[in-house]
Amino acid sequence: MFSLDFMRNAYVAGTLIAIVSATIGVFVIARNMSFMTHTLSEIGFAGASFAIFMGWMPLVGMLTFTTISSIMVGQLSSKVESRREAVISAISGLFIGLGILFLSLANKNASYATNILFGSVIGISHQDVILMAWLSAAVLVIVMFIYRNLKADSFDPVGATINGVNPAIISIIFLVLLAMSVSVAAQIVGSLLIFILLTLPAAAAKYFAHTVSHMIVLAAGFALFGVWLGLYLGYVTNWPVTFFISTIETAIYGCALIFNSVRTRG
Amino acid sequence: MTSELIKVNNLEVAFSGRTLFKNLTFAIDQGEFLTVIGENGIGKTTLIRVLLNKLRPTTGTVFRSKNIKVGYVPQFRNIDVEYPLSIRDFIALSFTGIKLPFLSGRERKAVERVIKLTGLTKIADHPLGLSSGGEKQKAYLASALVNEPNLLILDESTASLDPNTKIELLDMISKINREEHVSVLFVTHDLSLIDQYPDHFLWIKKDGYVKGTMAELPSEVKENHHV
Repeated sequence: MFSLDFMRNAYVAGTLIAIVSATIGVFVIARNMSFMTHTLSEIGFAGASFAIFMGWMPLVGMLTFTTISSIMVGQLSSKVESRREAVISAISGLFIGLGILFLSLANKNASYATNILFGSVIGISHQDVILMAWLSAAVLVIVMFIYRNLKADSFDPVGATINGVNPAIISIIFLVLLAMSVSVAAQIVGSLLIFILLTLPAAAAKYFAHTVSHMIVLAAGFALFGVWLGLYLGYVTNWPVTFFISTIETAIYGCALIFNSVRTRG
Repeated sequence: MTSELIKVNNLEVAFSGRTLFKNLTFAIDQGEFLTVIGENGIGKTTLIRVLLNKLRPTTGTVFRSKNIKVGYVPQFRNIDVEYPLSIRDFIALSFTGIKLPFLSGRERKAVERVIKLTGLTKIADHPLGLSSGGEKQKAYLASALVNEPNLLILDESTASLDPNTKIELLDMISKINREEHVSVLFVTHDLSLIDQYPDHFLWIKKDGYVKGTMAELPSEVKENHHV
């Protein structure tokens, strides 16, 4: 399996994706931003089809679109919390429309759309892997840099402001980090199923681990397990990798819920 | 000699056409236990925001001593039953700033010290979401104490607790006040069980305010335990 170039690329890319998604995912769950993550993935679809239309790398288009739109959401909704969901829905609708437009203008066949939406293992080139590695490193370094404030603002926003954290700045930085992570993760699982890696491993980890660092490590473990096993099963059966990854991650999350209900009853 | 940590002079705060406080003047001394009482909606939390420098007074001045360090326990926090962090990790969230992600040895010691001080040693690794109301209040108290403040501001901390837990928490706050020399500003609308703890009271009313030692507390408040 590892003698094949594209499988090696897929495994390296998958490992990066798992680690970045799990790290950011822990904060996504704490900040109740699963819906925003889902929207950013749709925006990523529009960005990727725009890139195809322009003849760029899809990742570049995704990154541009998700970053700009995440800042827009932050700006438009930061003052009124209740407006947030409506703003997100509006932006999401606009971008899906744009995605369909660019795809049709680009005159590419339907398999392009399928690859963007549902992910593709074969499509990952060595060049993609290098770009993903840089992006992942950037995300992790920024997280390290703002770790204490991000942790406080995500897990105790009331206390964080008391202790001098500026919630607006943390929120914008986090949205950009999320946009970068979405763009990276979309490479394998596709833009429609990004939240599998960005929310499920972290959502499961919170039932087993009780410190932020343990949650990140455990979520990364769950994500890596799903991605590695998914890639292997995809290789053996020739079925879509995304199917295996989503099934494995959902199963892990299901087990976590069962574990939690048994524990709280006992 | 007593030194003032905060001195408020002729304070008035107006917003949305409403004026809170009229010529409010009071001080909090080093080591003092002051309770601020007043009915709901009278502006107690607004007063705290002014003291914390989060809100500018419309008129009047607020003097803060140079060496003041405030620990604040707010009235509301969103901690639901699925909140995952342990009490220990929750307390450590108070160490903010652009620093190394991991706690220093000094910070870890400070966390252990306040866990001991608030009697949370046995349950320090339990998830905060599964803790009782009293345990949560102790964790909030520990989180406010971990940066070693000399003034502790508590906003309705005993509001949702049963009488026994209320006494336990107040004993703890009073002990911290005496033994750690931390001044306390305790805000409440319910005086039951509380009146034996503070040195002074500040009663904010619609048409003004009354202040004095606890012995001078008007009998109408004392008997009703309520303002």
